[in-house]
Amino acid sequence: MPVEYPSSGGLMAEHKAVRGGVGLFDVSHMGDIRIHSAKKPGGALEAVQYITMNDASRLAVGQAQYSAMLYPEGTFVDDVIVHRLGEDDYLLVINAGTREKDVNWVRENTRNFDCRVEDLSDAYTQLAIQGPRAVDVLGKLTDAPLDSIKSYWFTHGTVCGLPNTLIARTGYTGEDGFEIYIPSNVNTSEQVWNAVIKAGEELGIVPCGLGARNTLRLECKMALYEHEISDKINVWEAGLDRYCKMEKGEFIGRGALEKARAAGLKRTLVGLEMVDRGIARDGYRCLNEQGEEIGVVTSGSPSPTLCKNIALAYVPPAFSAIGSSVYVEIRSQKCRAQAVATPFYKRQRKAIAG
Amino acid sequence: MAYPKQFRYTKEHEWVDAKDGNARIGITDYAQHELGDVVFVELPPAGKQLASGKTFGSVESVKAVSDIYAPVSGEVIEANAALQNKPELINTDPHGEGWLVKAKLANPAELNSLMDAAAYDAYIAEKQKEASA
Repeated sequence: MPVEYPSSGGLMAEHKAVRGGVGLFDVSHMGDIRIHSAKKPGGALEAVQYITMNDASRLAVGQAQYSAMLYPEGTFVDDVIVHRLGEDDYLLVINAGTREKDVNWVRENTRNFDCRVEDLSDAYTQLAIQGPRAVDVLGKLTDAPLDSIKSYWFTHGTVCGLPNTLIARTGYTGEDGFEIYIPSNVNTSEQVWNAVIKAGEELGIVPCGLGARNTLRLECKMALYEHEISDKINVWEAGLDRYCKMEKGEFIGRGALEKARAAGLKRTLVGLEMVDRGIARDGYRCLNEQGEEIGVVTSGSPSPTLCKNIALAYVPPAFSAIGSSVYVEIRSQKCRAQAVATPFYKRQRKAIAG
Repeated sequence: MAYPKQFRYTKEHEWVDAKDGNARIGITDYAQHELGDVVFVELPPAGKQLASGKTFGSVESVKAVSDIYAPVSGEVIEANAALQNKPELINTDPHGEGWLVKAKLANPAELNSLMDAAAYDAYIAEKQKEASA
């Protein structure tokens, strides 16, 4: 996946297409791990519950949830989307950069459970069709009743003549959209890619790259591994509390998180908007008014939707209240930013009729 | 986009348009393509000394920051104020309205060490060949 497609008009045009229309991402670099029961039904659920922080027992067949795998320290192995494929059958969609580590982690930590682990990363090409018009584009290519798939649910249907294709109403853009999982051979992938582009032509679909993927997810405060989450950052610091179900029972990282909660937060993820001229970038230092280092920017960029320079940063909780001044060191200059409410951008949901 | 014949060029993709001891400096069409949509420009004020080969400002696109290197030594006479509100001029007209600074040359002989349009064209062609190889 390139950073941007010049043929689409570049990052900014790609970003705007997804917010206002539809864009297509080749996200086949994402990994896929299937965990299903061997003999005794329930073994896979037990394994998934032990290695992830959200409560997979709440999933119905056909439902998905955002979750994460944690180290015993309560920090992140990776964030994942857990799909419940069948009675005791789960698909974990993981990041590309952490794939090998994740697969090994899952295998090692599910050994004591009655389940099978399969790395299906090479079996699928994953395409993400994202934006308010995504439903219209995909609707031309499938017999699946897309309107009946709710956000974070999925179904199987025929897409471009490929039967039994997993169609999930998920994404990493903050817009409505779908991720489809098709067999990974080159001809099939190309054929589906081209069919989606053709189906979306009249709606102005464009191929979108990593650059737009990053600005879209940043506006919605979605975490990126090695930025907002990592093996050094715990769940509370990252503000992902609502995806961590401490009451569900034992899981890797739970003990450390209990202690961390009792000890209190030393730093927290905050949304910043630049007040002074300048763009905060990943890795830039955060300073207090006196110029002392207080934290670090994890992601920063101009926001194409808001036309403001935004950033996510770890700072002490005292600097996280909305309106607090935080300074960012930009090429040796102390530039003022202020803490703002997040997500920076939230899509308007369609009003429910009646 | 054709590279103007009267300009001189650097390997870092800046151009210099020199006349009577003064020069306009900017970045090339190739550079703006590589950067993508320019959203922010940081330039030195009038009076600032430029040292050949040293950075004197930066141009930022949505995705990245790029330092700008002085192609020649001299003193800044004027920074392009239009870029404050319309940084996209660098994308739409890199060799014209998107100029960065005007400077008084300290040593016009430095121009001789820069590439002319034909040499820069060949340099870019080589780069693009490498990229597609």
